[in-house]
Amino acid sequence: MKSHDKTSLLIHGGHVIDPAARIDAPMDILLKDGRVAEVAAPRKIKGADSRFDARGLIVAPGFIDLHVHLREPGQQHKETIATGTAAAATGGFTSVCTMPNTAPVVDSVEWVTWLRQSERGAVVSVFPIAAATRASKGAVLTDFAALQTAGAVAVTDDGKPILDDRVMREALILGGELNFPVVQHAEDTRMTADCSMHAGARSFRLGLRGMTAAAEASIVERDVQLAMQIPNARLHVAHVSTADALKALRRGKRNKSRITFEVTPHHFTLSDEDMRDYDSNYKMNPPLRSPADREAILAALADGTVDAIATDHAPHAHHEKEMEFERAAFGIAGLETALALAITRLHVGKRVPMGRIVELFTSGPVRCFDLRGRGSLVRGSFADVTIFDPKRKWTFDASKSLSKSKNTPFDGWQLTGKVMATIVGGKIVYTA
Amino acid sequence: MNAARGSLLGIEHLEAAEIMKILKLARRMNPDRPRPLLKGRRVVLLFYEASTRTRSSFEIAAKALGAHTVLIQASGSSIEKGESLLDTGYTLRAVGADAIVIRHPNAGAPQVMAQHLDVPVINAGDGLHEHPSQALLDAYTILRNKKSFKGLQVCIVGDIFHSRVARSACHLLSKFGVKVILCGPPELVPDIATTIAPGVRVTRHIEDALRGTDVVMLLRVQKERLAGMKIDLPEYIARYQMTPARLKTAKKDSIVMHPGPIIRGLELTSEVADGAQSRILAEVQNGVPTRMAILARAMGRMR
Ligand SMILES: [Zn+2]
Repeated sequence: MKSHDKTSLLIHGGHVIDPAARIDAPMDILLKDGRVAEVAAPRKIKGADSRFDARGLIVAPGFIDLHVHLREPGQQHKETIATGTAAAATGGFTSVCTMPNTAPVVDSVEWVTWLRQSERGAVVSVFPIAAATRASKGAVLTDFAALQTAGAVAVTDDGKPILDDRVMREALILGGELNFPVVQHAEDTRMTADCSMHAGARSFRLGLRGMTAAAEASIVERDVQLAMQIPNARLHVAHVSTADALKALRRGKRNKSRITFEVTPHHFTLSDEDMRDYDSNYKMNPPLRSPADREAILAALADGTVDAIATDHAPHAHHEKEMEFERAAFGIAGLETALALAITRLHVGKRVPMGRIVELFTSGPVRCFDLRGRGSLVRGSFADVTIFDPKRKWTFDASKSLSKSKNTPFDGWQLTGKVMATIVGGKIVYTA
Repeated sequence: MNAARGSLLGIEHLEAAEIMKILKLARRMNPDRPRPLLKGRRVVLLFYEASTRTRSSFEIAAKALGAHTVLIQASGSSIEKGESLLDTGYTLRAVGADAIVIRHPNAGAPQVMAQHLDVPVINAGDGLHEHPSQALLDAYTILRNKKSFKGLQVCIVGDIFHSRVARSACHLLSKFGVKVILCGPPELVPDIATTIAPGVRVTRHIEDALRGTDVVMLLRVQKERLAGMKIDLPEYIARYQMTPARLKTAKKDSIVMHPGPIIRGLELTSEVADGAQSRILAEVQNGVPTRMAILARAMGRMR
């Protein structure tokens, strides 16, 4: 914590990976007045108020998480903006997009404004995603233009789908006119009542009702179809988890429609076969899918189809998780393990180049939502930087997490790749 | 899984030798000659779902062993006021429960409770998951009628998907090399059911299920469950109801079993229910010594 009041910071000796600027080389970076002032060959930049020694480390644009549940307003017993963004900083995220399925639902300009106020105590940048329909009831669209002007970066009814064909079409038309992404939680809830995991051999054996892959894929197929018909529509599909949904998305992308999507670390790391019996730390929505689905996601991450890795960080209090599996809340924490899981599973496990992994956390997310000035380190960008050690092995201890909630299946996991420093607006907000 | 010794959460994770030990112990139990093996012990019967036969069977078994029983039902208790499963468990432990017999509508609830308590937990049926005491009493019943499990073929007809009895039976029979044939329409007997254990297969045709079968297990089919399915009640009856004529396809010395409650005229006719091959009432009787063995084992009184 050396440089909080100083105005310029030199990050030297590191290896810069900035996919948007096509940089993958040893470089020094000077941050000044909250912006990137200079990117140059090693030892070329002179004179800085303070220095960060990044030898042996990768220096990347600040990571962006498109899908985080910060639980404010109204659910502070699960998480607050302060605790959630502290966990985000630990995980290397300098920007997080927060979901509107709170109490009340963020469906108004007032709540979007409230989320962005400095009193919330955010450690990293928070970008609200507003509800797509009033109270996320799926019937009447919210005022997209006003929400966008107030600072929302997208709309969604996440936690629930926009199910009605007509409403989804209207949302994509209006979003298209405003250049505003509509984020779909793709689940045909008419097919998933009382379900608590993926439908397969495991759910049959455990006596748990299963969500079929078709319940996700059918909504994605419909939405891709709509997006291909509506000029300028911007469809973003959240937490894609099935091979069939990927097929539909590939078709939409080939058609040059403005379709983007994210996948989560848990869906590319685990399958339903990895679940410990009735351990609700393996319960999330969409659920852990079959090993074949997971392999399809890994392939799509490697071949460039996936736009972004997003955590779907979904903290819940102990008493909301430790109970009958079918009654426990859906969701797991994810901010602090995302990069390490990506490096461990994708880079070490599947030889995905480090540049591609950085892309999935930086320029990829920026392709999905308009986060101008972020996702790259070109001169003039926001001074958001994530510095990590790609080789460092460490063990995740959930009890030490900065999130209010500890609901994760990755407690005690040995991982490769550790965030060493997170810099937001030129200020170091986290060091390992 | 760190459940207290003596817990019985399901058949899946029991070894065949352990199952045989319980069945042998059950043979030595006689409810008409009580043995005070559990004198002074407290057995709590925690029922989140209504149950007549399983509850009374456990209650009689516990009493025959000299234990006190306390019955707690969801309605009219603190559970109704919103107390959590675990808090209920902690409370029962604090008042001195030595074992908890639990029936719960959610799969895995007994396991969650067992992981947090240091007293044995006995699963008396959890959601769609398992009903291990039923599988054990059925095994006991089969062994009273057949010399051993060797070479046996068992068919289970009815709503397999919604049946914890079927899941426990598949696990148990498979561990002894029994050929298990599941029979019913795809909505009630999904193909994925064959993955539950080795030696389990699925057929849609009742004759195929019955041919060469030693034990015919019938399951209840609830009318509500057929709602919205391709098959309706008359068609189910036409294709799958056990009639004396159909039963002739099975082996001559085959027996008919049903965990109850039976619905005459639906999954079976009265002639079959009351016929010479029926062991439906014997199952109920065998439930008591089997559950005596389960309770004795739970509290370390295996011999
Ligand atoms: Zn969602």
